Amino acid sequence: MTNWLFHLRGAPLSARIGLALIVIYAILALFAPLIAPYGESEVAGAAYQPWVAPYYLGTDALGRDVMSRLIYGARNTVGIALITTCLAFLIGAVLGLLAATVGGWVDTVLSRVIDVLMAIPSLIFALLILTITGASATALVLVIAVLDSTRVFRLSRAVAQGILTMDYIEVARMRGEGLGWIIRREILPNASAPLIAEFGLRFCFVFLFISALSFLGLGLQPPTADWGSMVRESARLISFANFATWQTATFGLAPLLPAAAIAILTVAVNMVVDWVLHLSSGLKD
Amino acid sequence: MTKLLEIRDLWIEARSGDDWHKIVKGVNLDLARGEVLGLIGESGAGKSTLGLTAMGHVRPGCRIAGGSIRFDGQELVGANAQVLRHLRGRRIAYVAQSSAAAFNPAWRLIRQHCEAPVRHGVMPRAQAEAEAVRLYTEMRLPDPDQIGFRFPHQVSGGQLQRAMTAMAMACKPDLIIFDEPTTALDVTTQIEVLAAIRDIVRNHGAAAIYITHDLAVVAQMADRVKVLLKGEEVEDAPVREMLANPQQEYTRSLWAVREFRPAPRGPAPAGPPLLQIDGVDAAYGTQKVLENVSLAVPRGRTVAVVGESGSGKSTTARVVMGLLSPSAGKVTFDGAELPTSVSGRPRRLLQRMQMIHQMADTALNPRQRIREVLGRPLEFYLGLKGRAKEARIRELLTEIELDPERFIDRLPGELSGGQKQRLCIARALAAEPELIICDEVTSALDQLVAEGILRLLDRIQRERGISYLFITHDLATVRAIADHVVVMQHGRVVEQGDKARIFSPQHEPYTDLLLSSVPEMDPDWLNHVLARRQAAG
Repeated sequence: MTNWLFHLRGAPLSARIGLALIVIYAILALFAPLIAPYGESEVAGAAYQPWVAPYYLGTDALGRDVMSRLIYGARNTVGIALITTCLAFLIGAVLGLLAATVGGWVDTVLSRVIDVLMAIPSLIFALLILTITGASATALVLVIAVLDSTRVFRLSRAVAQGILTMDYIEVARMRGEGLGWIIRREILPNASAPLIAEFGLRFCFVFLFISALSFLGLGLQPPTADWGSMVRESARLISFANFATWQTATFGLAPLLPAAAIAILTVAVNMVVDWVLHLSSGLKD
Repeated sequence: MTKLLEIRDLWIEARSGDDWHKIVKGVNLDLARGEVLGLIGESGAGKSTLGLTAMGHVRPGCRIAGGSIRFDGQELVGANAQVLRHLRGRRIAYVAQSSAAAFNPAWRLIRQHCEAPVRHGVMPRAQAEAEAVRLYTEMRLPDPDQIGFRFPHQVSGGQLQRAMTAMAMACKPDLIIFDEPTTALDVTTQIEVLAAIRDIVRNHGAAAIYITHDLAVVAQMADRVKVLLKGEEVEDAPVREMLANPQQEYTRSLWAVREFRPAPRGPAPAGPPLLQIDGVDAAYGTQKVLENVSLAVPRGRTVAVVGESGSGKSTTARVVMGLLSPSAGKVTFDGAELPTSVSGRPRRLLQRMQMIHQMADTALNPRQRIREVLGRPLEFYLGLKGRAKEARIRELLTEIELDPERFIDRLPGELSGGQKQRLCIARALAAEPELIICDEVTSALDQLVAEGILRLLDRIQRERGISYLFITHDLATVRAIADHVVVMQHGRVVEQGDKARIFSPQHEPYTDLLLSSVPEMDPDWLNHVLARRQAAG
């Protein structure tokens, strides 16, 4: 941990901005009930109010406060994306490292199963499964985690195969070390940098994937606030907006707010990922 | 003779983090036309950096901090890119250590050969190709008419290095820089390449800077030798003068390395040998690499296995360690037959034999601190924990002459090459083994550092009576530490016996070839060997 703090002092400006933005998002998500002026699905006033106090970002078609829903949306969208990514990494990394280290038929079977999963376009596959299981949050998390773990599997297997050619692995094997030690103590510390970088990227993809599913109506279900479904609900407003005055124009900007929230977080995470990638490439030489 | 190259008070700095530190400190260098200058020193002495500046080039991350480099009267420090481009390849050529990495694998040799003369407008392509064939002939490459049309991976390492030298000659340069051109080659190949390089440089009247850490090689190639230490010049003298009468302490220590001879140990103890290999065959897939290999390692003695690369030395070690199962024959350790695979051997058995790898860099996990590197075998084999383990780690570090206070919490990346190899030795010792297999443990190290490692291994053997199976291609090492020598070629044992017997005349033709190919300090050695071989036919 001190190691990371040490690196942080030398971090470039882009990484610092990215980290600051992520911290802001995290605070909003964690303390949503304290920060948001209204409840998540509370009808706060008339529909389609302009951007004036007390509705700083207006209200939606049902009269719910948009700012409150954006803040709660951070909690739902980001929270679920984080859980999904962690699960995807747990499944993908464990199987990938295992396949590379054990090799032989274990590797063959696992790799072929993963190939089959990867051969089906993931959005279509997810839509299919979610239509069968129904769009509950648990189903969403599990389906996306399994689909995304295939990519993590590929990466961790490739990284581990590179590490396995090193003499120190041979030394450990000749010492008589078991599988657990070799994976945890010899491979994992050396594979962590690319895996952390991949975690950031994967998190963005999962996050966009959930938003896309929500937009298609199979993600998080109303009245849960979620950025993807918020874009969908307000998308039509753009064509009805009157951009002559500021008051009426805010009406048309409504769908851009959740979209911007998604975009900014994606950019912020990627800024940090770039920095981690830079660090990990520096550690190799 | 007029001056071709004149370097005055040159300072070069390299960046690490935000700091610049000096790596070449005020070096002067003069080179006359047609003269060959040998640059020697340990790795990190700045010899490659200095060699490259003769082309007006510095590596990325380095800069020239002061001084002047004049090539044929023209100042190269601060010269614009066009002036440098005009000189490089045409009047100054460079031959890199690893020709395999320096050739573009996707292009045929002759196309790469002709690139410089055609691009510099020295000659049209057809003429350049005809010249190439002539140079290939001169470099004694087999089938010179056709070899240029092969890809780099289709020729051997020695041939590729010669093709690269031929390529450097393509524009008939005034100066060629050779950066360790034979370091990666076997002794038997090296001698051919050395002879070819020397002749072609002489015949074309080119000047050369020959960078190497091998003194015996420099003695053959150079007219004059400059010794570098940590970026500073130690001594500069004509080669015969320096060999006969080195002025500086450091130069003398370099010269003394090859004279390390431990006290003789007397005959091997009676009784059965510790390790016995009987008629072992082994193969990688269908490729047979070992055929009927038999050898024995007595207790407390050193058996050296020598041969060129691909002769099956390392494969023999892998069979003994249980990393490769033999297809025939058996390996006996302390009277009992060894299970063929490492997974079939109990921990007590694994503990009794340890291996030290050639590349300490890859044999140490870069994320484990020394405490863990040494602590793990202590815990794993001996069950040591807490204070007892800590105390033993410190003892081991003291034994390999590293200060425990300073080193115990370091990562391998914070150690020098020699220190890493010492750490690998300590890791093997931690298991308290009876047999240690040393796979080319000194070949990646400088001579002075390698000598330190050999002295350490010798001391440990005397103190603990450990047996060594010592795999190497360096006959100087064998001469220093072996009791018994096994010569291998093409996966077979060609000859084996006492060191004294192997190194005395009248042995197998291959042993003879191997022994006579090891460069000696005598500057006339190469001439004598070539003359003798020619006479023999």
